[in-house]
Amino acid sequence: MNTSNRAKLIKRGAIWGFIVLELIFFSVAGSFLSLSETRFMDLDNMLLLLKQSAPIGIIALGMTVIMINGNIDLSVGAVFALCAIVMLDSQTWPIFAGLSETAIIPFAWGAALLTGMALGAINGLIVWKTGVDAFIVTLGAMLGYRGLVFMYNGEQPTFLLNWTLVDMIETSVFGLEVPALVLLGMTFLIWFMMTRTVHGRNAYAVGDNREAAVNAGIRVGPHMLLNFILIGFLTALSSIVFYSASGSVNPNDGSLYELWAITAVVLGGTKLTGGSGSVINTLGGVIAIQLLRKGLGHIGADTETVNLVIGLILIAVLFLDRQLNIKGKGELRT
Amino acid sequence: MADERLKAIGALLARQGILVAFVIFMIGFALLNDRFLAVDNVLGVVRSSAILGVMAIGVTFVVISGNLDLSVGSMMSFSTIVVLDLHDKIGPELAIPAMFLMTMALGAFIGVLVGYFKLNSLIVTLGMLSAIHGLTLTYSGGKNMDIADKEGTWFSVIGQSSILGIPVPILVFVGLAALLAMLLSKTPFGRKVYAVGGNGVAATFSGIRRPRVVLATYLISSFCVAVAGLLQASRSMGSQNTVGQGLELEVLAAVILGGASLLGGSGTVFKTVIGVLILGFIQNGLLLVGLEFYVQYVVTWLIIILAVWLDIAAKRGRLLSPIA
Repeated sequence: MNTSNRAKLIKRGAIWGFIVLELIFFSVAGSFLSLSETRFMDLDNMLLLLKQSAPIGIIALGMTVIMINGNIDLSVGAVFALCAIVMLDSQTWPIFAGLSETAIIPFAWGAALLTGMALGAINGLIVWKTGVDAFIVTLGAMLGYRGLVFMYNGEQPTFLLNWTLVDMIETSVFGLEVPALVLLGMTFLIWFMMTRTVHGRNAYAVGDNREAAVNAGIRVGPHMLLNFILIGFLTALSSIVFYSASGSVNPNDGSLYELWAITAVVLGGTKLTGGSGSVINTLGGVIAIQLLRKGLGHIGADTETVNLVIGLILIAVLFLDRQLNIKGKGELRT
Repeated sequence: MADERLKAIGALLARQGILVAFVIFMIGFALLNDRFLAVDNVLGVVRSSAILGVMAIGVTFVVISGNLDLSVGSMMSFSTIVVLDLHDKIGPELAIPAMFLMTMALGAFIGVLVGYFKLNSLIVTLGMLSAIHGLTLTYSGGKNMDIADKEGTWFSVIGQSSILGIPVPILVFVGLAALLAMLLSKTPFGRKVYAVGGNGVAATFSGIRRPRVVLATYLISSFCVAVAGLLQASRSMGSQNTVGQGLELEVLAAVILGGASLLGGSGTVFKTVIGVLILGFIQNGLLLVGLEFYVQYVVTWLIIILAVWLDIAAKRGRLLSPIA
């Protein structure tokens, strides 16, 4: 095995190695510092962790596809809030008045998913037709969609508790509750899409070299539109699994979610410039962040330090990645 | 002939689109509400835009050099909290320079990472957004900061008083804008900033030390953030830890609205100021005609996309993107 292969392998497994390190560190440190009786490496604790990762995690899956495409989506936080409002509020709409608490669920979910896909499609269409950079389009949409959230219900929280829905979301299979199952299921589906289908192969091609992809006959515009619809769908799904149980949404919910999702994707090794990245490693990034939050809480660190640590780790990862890439390439020393 | 003239007018409109849009907005709102152009209303808008404006001017330098700065919001919270805390501990005369030093140290840290280590500025400043937020919370212990003796200090002069009827924040905003506009358009340094953003490799080959220029842009940006933090602290004399949260994206919106390309190499201080004023006057105008404050978000969204779209369309000579 030569060095470049080894470097590649180290990079691919880096995030999982980091997770193992975190587990060891917090288990050892926890046994000295923690005030609680339970161990950190408790099975229930780990299953809970997966559930808590779900909202950001499901969004991050879509963000991975978008970023492999060479785009970015800053509007997911606002989409997340708007879908939640639609899902809760649609249950009181007059057209669904005759339905029982159980029968209304598919309609409410359908409405939320359609909202997410429509908002994603708007972003995708603008990116495709105008040629404006996705960063600017979704930055604008972040403000615009947030405005729609406020226009829907003013500054009031939207509140609705449907107990059938709550029970449904809190059902567990082998100890995994529905949000965690959705996260794992979607990870598998998106992984399959990215590695085993034409659409996935095209996504890497478009991100790697857009000109070449156009010349190779890939219809880049519709391709990117589909990916924006996909992230809209996933954001709505994330909103569904989160708010079905909590039943209450504030108009400011979901702000900064875009930054957390992007952080997770970058920790997972996806390049901002597009063309490379892996959905499985994004899952690793999401778990690593959640472990860090939980772990720092477990050893009694203030919640404030979590932000500090995650920010510095993000920069450190970028720095290491840069050092690994620079060797042997003989690139221009500017 | 007529065709060419039309084309020339079209190109001019597209190039100065942001100014045209600004004028149309002002006329429209002035017709809808006669208080809109009243002196106290205009001064009020400019005054409340001053903090955003000061930050946007600094970020303009970073964007022209081809980088991004998403950390300015949490950096502004940091400088506000620090100056308020130090005010009571060591007095305003020492607190202000100390705060400038600390804020610019953060800027220097980012500048070294982006300039000398050539790390991606979006991720670095995203990380710093989170890290500085954590730093601020650790510094303040999560508590709000307040100046204990609000009457017995001259500190409020910067944010609250007026000279010759003009509020001091406006004077600071205009003064800083003039100074930095000169720096950007009339000095060799300014030309280097454009060169680095326009074509980094070419700039390197023509002997410009790119890392040094990038570092300087982040120092300017953090200096402006420190000024904004000072204005904020002095205006409110007390603050939460999250006072600047979300400002980074509003700042970026103003800079983009002013026509700076995110790819670098274009943009001016003057246009950024116009971008800031547009955001401020839209907000004010919509409130005056009786709409809720959040309608401005939707309007801002449409304006940003239209402005950038028209700019791009004028450059490529056709409205729709040629991507299949």
